[in-house]
Amino acid sequence: MIRVQPDDFDVGAEVVALTKGRTDIGAIATFTGHVRDDDGLKALILEHYPAMTEREIARHVAEAEKKWPLLGVTIIHRVGRLLPGAQIVFVGVAASHRRAAFEACEFLMDYLKAHAPFWKQEECASGTIWVEAKSSDDDAAGRWR
Amino acid sequence: MTLLYFAWVRQKIGKSDEHFDLPEQVKTVDALAEYLRARGAGYADAFSDMKRLRAAVNQEHVPFDALVKANDEVAFFPPVTGG
Repeated sequence: MIRVQPDDFDVGAEVVALTKGRTDIGAIATFTGHVRDDDGLKALILEHYPAMTEREIARHVAEAEKKWPLLGVTIIHRVGRLLPGAQIVFVGVAASHRRAAFEACEFLMDYLKAHAPFWKQEECASGTIWVEAKSSDDDAAGRWR
Repeated sequence: MTLLYFAWVRQKIGKSDEHFDLPEQVKTVDALAEYLRARGAGYADAFSDMKRLRAAVNQEHVPFDALVKANDEVAFFPPVTGG
């Protein structure tokens, strides 16, 4: 399941939803990203390309499902204005065994960072600035090829 | 075609989307950017350094030599910073 939303999410409820009614799942790996208050950050403002976002994420989920035997994937990405400490992104992966769950979770997060069409603006006391992409994010995604 | 702009590309151009009649001689994303650059100061600024830009055609990431057609949805944006 893929959701892009301004609203917060409940990690516990998402894990329950991944496992509900299933007895074949042996491992759930989750990643949750939070807003850090680096350098006096007041808020992060996230915008995205709605029509492309879900398509792009779905493509990465399909790729992960080809690489590992997965039993469920949930990806949630928030948009709008988020305060320090807020949750931004959630990746939850269910599999029979831990290795597939761990690896697919990291793969999906690396691909989200490098390819999903989201853009962050940092709101500070002095104004707002666009976050520059890091080449380390491209490198992180590249190592899965 | 539909043109879409995101993040600072949208701010420099001053709009998030527009309809655009693709001139016949414009065949690629690169040529389209070159054509748009001549439309005004905001466009010239947004398209001044193509190394800082990325493009998508019909909601898929493409290289700048990708072909464009009259009914495509073409988006220009900076490298993504989600997650």
